[in-house]
Amino acid sequence: MTRRSTARSANRSTAGRPPLVLLLPALTGLAFLVLPLAGLLVRAPWSTLGTRLGEPHVLEALRLSLVTATLATVLCLLLGVPLAWLLARVRFRGVRLVRALVTVPLVLPPVVGGVALLLVLGRRGLVGQWLDAWFGITLPFSTAGVVLAETFVALPFLVISVEGALRAADLRFEEAAATLGAGRWTVFRRVTLPLVAPGIAAGAVLCWARALGEFGATITFAGNFPGHTQTMPLAVYLALETDPQAAIVLSLVLLAVSVVVLAALRDRWVSTS
Amino acid sequence: MKRVITAAAAATVLLAAAGCGDTGDSGDKASPGSGGGKTLTVFAAASLTETFTELGKSFEGSHPGVKVRFNFGGSSTLAQQITQGAPVDVFAAASPATMKPVTDGGAAAQPQVFAKNRLVIAVPAKEAGKVSRLADLGKSGLKVVLCAEQVPCGAAAGKALAAGGVKVEPASREQDVKAVLTKVRLGEADAGLVYRSDAKAAAADVKGVEFPESAKAINDYPIAALTKAPQSGLAKEFVQLVLSQQGKDTLVKAGFESP
Amino acid sequence: MSDVVSEKAGGLDAHLVVRRPAFELDLRLAAEPGEVVALLGPNGAGKSTALRALAGLVPTAAGHVRVDGADLGALPPERRGIGMVFQDYLLFPHLSALDNVAFGLRCQGMGKRASRARAAEWLEHVGLADHASAKPRALSGGQAQRVALARALAVRPRLLLLDEPLAALDAHTRLEIRAALRRRLAGFAGAAVLVTHDPLDAMVLADWLVVVEGGRLVQQGPPAEIARRPRTDYVARLVGLNLYRGRASAGAAGSTVVLAGGSGKLDSADSLDGEVFVAFSPASVALYRSRPDGSPRNVWRATVGAVERQGDRVRVRLDGPPFTAAADVTPGAVAELGLSEGSTVWAGVKAAETHVYPA
Repeated sequence: MTRRSTARSANRSTAGRPPLVLLLPALTGLAFLVLPLAGLLVRAPWSTLGTRLGEPHVLEALRLSLVTATLATVLCLLLGVPLAWLLARVRFRGVRLVRALVTVPLVLPPVVGGVALLLVLGRRGLVGQWLDAWFGITLPFSTAGVVLAETFVALPFLVISVEGALRAADLRFEEAAATLGAGRWTVFRRVTLPLVAPGIAAGAVLCWARALGEFGATITFAGNFPGHTQTMPLAVYLALETDPQAAIVLSLVLLAVSVVVLAALRDRWVSTS
Repeated sequence: MKRVITAAAAATVLLAAAGCGDTGDSGDKASPGSGGGKTLTVFAAASLTETFTELGKSFEGSHPGVKVRFNFGGSSTLAQQITQGAPVDVFAAASPATMKPVTDGGAAAQPQVFAKNRLVIAVPAKEAGKVSRLADLGKSGLKVVLCAEQVPCGAAAGKALAAGGVKVEPASREQDVKAVLTKVRLGEADAGLVYRSDAKAAAADVKGVEFPESAKAINDYPIAALTKAPQSGLAKEFVQLVLSQQGKDTLVKAGFESP
Repeated sequence: MSDVVSEKAGGLDAHLVVRRPAFELDLRLAAEPGEVVALLGPNGAGKSTALRALAGLVPTAAGHVRVDGADLGALPPERRGIGMVFQDYLLFPHLSALDNVAFGLRCQGMGKRASRARAAEWLEHVGLADHASAKPRALSGGQAQRVALARALAVRPRLLLLDEPLAALDAHTRLEIRAALRRRLAGFAGAAVLVTHDPLDAMVLADWLVVVEGGRLVQQGPPAEIARRPRTDYVARLVGLNLYRGRASAGAAGSTVVLAGGSGKLDSADSLDGEVFVAFSPASVALYRSRPDGSPRNVWRATVGAVERQGDRVRVRLDGPPFTAAADVTPGAVAELGLSEGSTVWAGVKAAETHVYPA
């Protein structure tokens, strides 16, 4: 304990003067990330902002974006945390291959991901045809389809982040729990999960952000219909066709909301951890 | 914070200046008819991909040393790129509406209509027969996809449906005509409204059903050589080729109509 | 010893066999209820592995683990009913001291409120009632150790395992914590097994020592016995004795031991015949500039191998021939004799100071 705290204060004292070799690319990188945002702000039609924001389809798209991104994040957590655990803790043949497969949605162009989802879960898809025949469920053109498309592209972010946290976690805590009579599920729930909670939180934030900005897979798999499948990125894209100013406004709304949400969550996590 | 904004503004100005410089200086000033080592840049609507590629080959054949470079995409996106200063010689749009911002901004003058496209009902080839007329699209239980109102094919679809007095609840409003075609091809949608040329290009999977109301929503394709074209001579010659009999034949073969 | 204990119903009776590519542990262990057995051995001897095998954290290739007559060998750790204190305590960082102690009780199915009440009693018992809500990172090393002990004891284990319970503490607090741990272990009714590499910890805390080297038991017995009669070089070093093996033949006044390897002879007042160990303390070695007179004593000429200060004494390593030995002298003697590496001296040990016991 004392060792850790001295190390921390040592870090703080050396953090004052970063070398120029690091500072220069760091600031360039920051500028590269921030300038496009500044571009949006400079070109935004501030005078008509109020009326544009009041338009019902804007609020509808925003609501849909927030709802679907949150549901997708929940789905990612339910599926991704166990998958990450499997990859981090279970030795099985082909684990490397599985790990590579998990990252496929990262390199796959999202539109291709959407087509792939159609081929599997579409009305004529490998699985989708049975969903339709047996349960009358068709996923494309539905809000559920949006959630699935977003989950598909966001899931790798969660799995990678949580797997890293699981690998870094000290397994001996789990052993200690076992000697106290905790079964494997109890160990996972009451020890492993709290230990990797920061990793899960980071993964969920990435997940949510990625889902919020999702465009290609969503429009390909779920289509675009206001109120049901038209999320903010889709609305932005279509606005760009006829009214670039409106597109800028929509982008700013999406940005502002996501920044506020992420900042709020971050504060919460930092203060409780 | 204030300093950051100042820096950002400065950088924006710099970038803008660089962009302007590009439009003005890049490429040689063209001398009409001459060829050697020149590149002609053509921005064209996505639905023209097949026909313009073919015409471009022909143009290169008759102009040794000239390379024709295409950028196919959504007409409005292309128009935006042109108004933002992309160095382009020729612009062919899928509708007068998408050509308008370019002519309004003075980047082009006097566009000419070189082709017309009419809508057909695209149905999966295997399920042809379910839909034979526009009114069938209003049937309940039928999954119909249309283009979004913001893109030309969506505007045309709206006009045609209004003309036929048909009410359709589309499952989706796709971002472009190719996306509508994809949904029909994969069987996700039972029917969609697409251009005849698009249905023809996908004839293996999709059957195009003609309907009389399409006459009320015929799409004009305008083309123009840009005023600041780096290769203004070649640009005019390419526009001539598209308007020529050879150009018409190529377009008609692909499902377009002559103006 | 183990044969005797295995007939008893109570306590621990284990035969642990763990095989790894370059290592094999094969160890019999027994502890009566209320008895504390310390596993003592050098790094890599397998003592921690043995403890983990008892806990079920390491699979055994053969053998058995019986506690109070029930064979736990086939059970996973969570069903063995043991308590374990880990080397750096491994208190769950996200839980308060109270919830750490309550953890095992919750796992046994006790309700939240009841388990917390019981945990609070345990914290009070170890003198940490006012640290109940503290997170582990806010506890000192000694406090964390007490919480870990309370956590392990709260589940009322039949067997308590302690892995280097004092190693993470600084020398300053160690003495106090060791005494407290001894009191608490004395109050524990079940068998306890303690792993340590510190002979002093083992001597103070344990009723019975088991010395492990290379995965095997090399010596066991009560601490005093081990301290007096080491049987390996490792144990001799731990308890600070010079140890030799040889063959004794009894004479009129004691015996003469011919050291193994023919490297010399040592006389002892103990009268014994046959294969024996001879041990004597470095403090009993006297050094002289020239051959001393008088007898009966063992006298030999030696070369100084090393001179090293240890507290208020100086440890002098005497190289052979005839044999290597350690001698403890005062700094004054070092100056007087002009001891330095490579110099020669005469060494002597009284026959009454050498201790001979059967090998």
